[in-house]
Amino acid sequence: MDTFSCDVLVVGGGGAGLSAAIAVAETYPSLSVTVISKVYPMRSHTVSAEGGAAAVIKAGDGLDEHAYDTISGGDWLSDQDAVEAFVREAPDEMLQLEHWGCPWSREPDGHVAVRPFGGMKTERTWFAADKTGFHMLHTLFQTSLKYDVIRRHDECFVTKLLIDDGRCQGLVALELATGKIQAIIAKAVILCTGGCGKIFPFTTNASIKNGDGMALAYRAGAPLKDMEFVQYHPTGLPFTGILITEATRAEGGWLLNKDGYRYLQDYDLGTPQPKPVLRSMELGPRDRLSQAFMKEQEKGRTLKGPYGDYVHLDIRHLGEQVIDTKLPFVRELCAKYAGLDPVKEMIPVRPVVHYMMGGIHTDIHGATRMPGLYASGEAACVSINGANRLGSNSLTECLVFGARSGMAAAAFASDQREPNQSVLGQAHDEERRLEAQFLRKTGGTERIATLRTEMQETMERSAGIYRDGSALQQSAVKLHQLQERFQDLALDDHSYTFNTELTGALELSYMLDLAQVIVASALQRRESRGSHQRNDYPARDDRQYLAHSVAYRAENGSPRIEYLPVKITRWPPGQRVYGR
Amino acid sequence: MPPTVMLEVSRYRPEQDDKPVFQTYEVPFRDDWVVLDALNYIKDRLDGSLSFRWSCRMGVCGSCGMMVNGRPKLTCAAFLSDHLPGPIRVEPLNYFPIMRDLIVDITDFLEKLKKVKPWIVRDQVLPLEKGEYRQTPQQLDVYRQFSQCINCMLCYAACPVVGLEPGFVGPAAIALAQRYNLDSRDEGAKQRLKILSDHAGIWGCTFVGECTQVCPKHVDPAGAIQQYKLTGALDTLKSFLLPFGTR
Repeated sequence: MDTFSCDVLVVGGGGAGLSAAIAVAETYPSLSVTVISKVYPMRSHTVSAEGGAAAVIKAGDGLDEHAYDTISGGDWLSDQDAVEAFVREAPDEMLQLEHWGCPWSREPDGHVAVRPFGGMKTERTWFAADKTGFHMLHTLFQTSLKYDVIRRHDECFVTKLLIDDGRCQGLVALELATGKIQAIIAKAVILCTGGCGKIFPFTTNASIKNGDGMALAYRAGAPLKDMEFVQYHPTGLPFTGILITEATRAEGGWLLNKDGYRYLQDYDLGTPQPKPVLRSMELGPRDRLSQAFMKEQEKGRTLKGPYGDYVHLDIRHLGEQVIDTKLPFVRELCAKYAGLDPVKEMIPVRPVVHYMMGGIHTDIHGATRMPGLYASGEAACVSINGANRLGSNSLTECLVFGARSGMAAAAFASDQREPNQSVLGQAHDEERRLEAQFLRKTGGTERIATLRTEMQETMERSAGIYRDGSALQQSAVKLHQLQERFQDLALDDHSYTFNTELTGALELSYMLDLAQVIVASALQRRESRGSHQRNDYPARDDRQYLAHSVAYRAENGSPRIEYLPVKITRWPPGQRVYGR
Repeated sequence: MPPTVMLEVSRYRPEQDDKPVFQTYEVPFRDDWVVLDALNYIKDRLDGSLSFRWSCRMGVCGSCGMMVNGRPKLTCAAFLSDHLPGPIRVEPLNYFPIMRDLIVDITDFLEKLKKVKPWIVRDQVLPLEKGEYRQTPQQLDVYRQFSQCINCMLCYAACPVVGLEPGFVGPAAIALAQRYNLDSRDEGAKQRLKILSDHAGIWGCTFVGECTQVCPKHVDPAGAIQQYKLTGALDTLKSFLLPFGTR
């Protein structure tokens, strides 16, 4: 076992993690900061984000407008103090990224350009063509290279948090190249590991999105919040689940059913106009658009394909020039992965699991309930996103709350005595567990892929766009069985060098825990709100559920759900109105 | 269409193999499958010990570069149907040390990347309250192409100079340096030129242009290198003619 130590330890090198690390380096330059990630930072899933990042910068827009769009988009489950901090700090964080070299698309006069986005009443989404996440991530990564105090442990897989005296004091990781166990002692740990879309069979998420940080926190005793809220993006390519950005609709794209009809007009989302109208039709929020697809499917008005039903996204009328300047990646993705040219053909799309509104419960500084443990980005739930996130808020969230968590963790770390070396004993125990449970394990009959597929199928059946109590209950039983079968895993690979079967097993075990939390939280929320739609409880119930679900891991390993009231500051719960 | 296709996959497990060996697997052929799907089929169903990197499956994370029938490719974008009848040979990227199976060691590249100072260098930093640096769409177009690199390493695996001269900073790093040099917000070109001209290899580039041909993102590293050589040569010339500097 190798032992390291640092002041602030950031897990994950995506948008939130790098923002956190740079914030520590900028504001507390005397502290040492380490970024540990199971991939090289530029492989992080931030890279796949396309459409843009929201922040108020133009005349005629205002912070209150951004806040209201976010809160109503989240069906009033957002904490409004967090939203207010978010919209207030967003413009400076975005400008900072501009100063660091992010190649934002521009107006002819050289100012940063903005585009409309779903659920936003004003154009406020900054964009770098349709590769915004890619450019933001590479800008952050390249900028992080200039800080000598930022050290990296690339391709190291975190298996356990070290907790002593009720405080997080570091973690245990597996160095993939060598199979060596690392114990990293730290005064504060920030989890920035992103979401867990891979719990579902059809997702835009990369293969690395297994909720590692969420599961690590949950197992260590820090609760998860609002995990029942799973966002389906309305436009993914069938089979691959590749995201076709909302920017296609922001630029004027139409969603058409099998009759070529703009069906969103039938779902209280407005009346069709030739040009895009803000907060209307194709620029409605993602939850409502994905639900409309399901209703169209029930009516038999979707198209049939080998990978399920789909509708058409039509951007042909935008013309080649607009597509090539504003949506070049969409054209490239369609050509390379779907064999079609959106300049000439309609794009087949269907709803696809995209984002977790829930995550590790934090306050507005990114602090969890456990001293020394912080979280930000998709892994965290602050919550600004409530029951449904608006497109282009998540990249900005990574910047704002990444930086906030970095500064809060640094302030905490600079005030702490040296961690207790006795946690190293726990690290040795963890090393022995990994050896016994996986590396030297023989026998077993279950394959990782089989269990993973069964988990994904049960999640889609029970915790998809529409849910009901009995399917969720069956799913809870099934997941419990899968947990038991996991103990009987058969492993082909006993090598210490880059053992991706071992990491696959660990990822599956993280996802099984989180699947149980999603199902338990969904089962207990007997109302419909945002992305959580219960056929058996179709109305929103503010009397009982204007509250966050908070999931703890009970002694027997199953989730225990409590509720926490939503923080309302200036926007009392109201009706969500789109298109009128 | 064939019902199955054969894959010859390079295996190297340092604990048991002295050198890489090929292992053959038969996988179902499907029209919409890429080589990466076939590798995942093998890992999930046939042999859990096969190791390779992958993540986004949409050609932007840069993880899944491998040699497919001898050419560097992103395996998420390499369709089985373009490589029929098979067998399809899958190997780790050329010129990199092999760690395990299809996984290569890229730590050396990460160090080279840092050497070229890929960040905005300025004497005077604009305070945030002054807003953004103005940059017109035309100014953006000057460097935009070089900002598209996803660090997938295909250009290194295609570059004959990388094979001969391990110290060569390489196509992607040079293109990235040029991305910042050409950015209207940056003032670091001089520092980067010194780093690059002191560095082994840039003069060895023979402009074969293989790097540009294999780039999945249409970056033109070969063009960046030629631009550098020209600027570098001019600077050397200037230092002879104006030994006390050009200021």
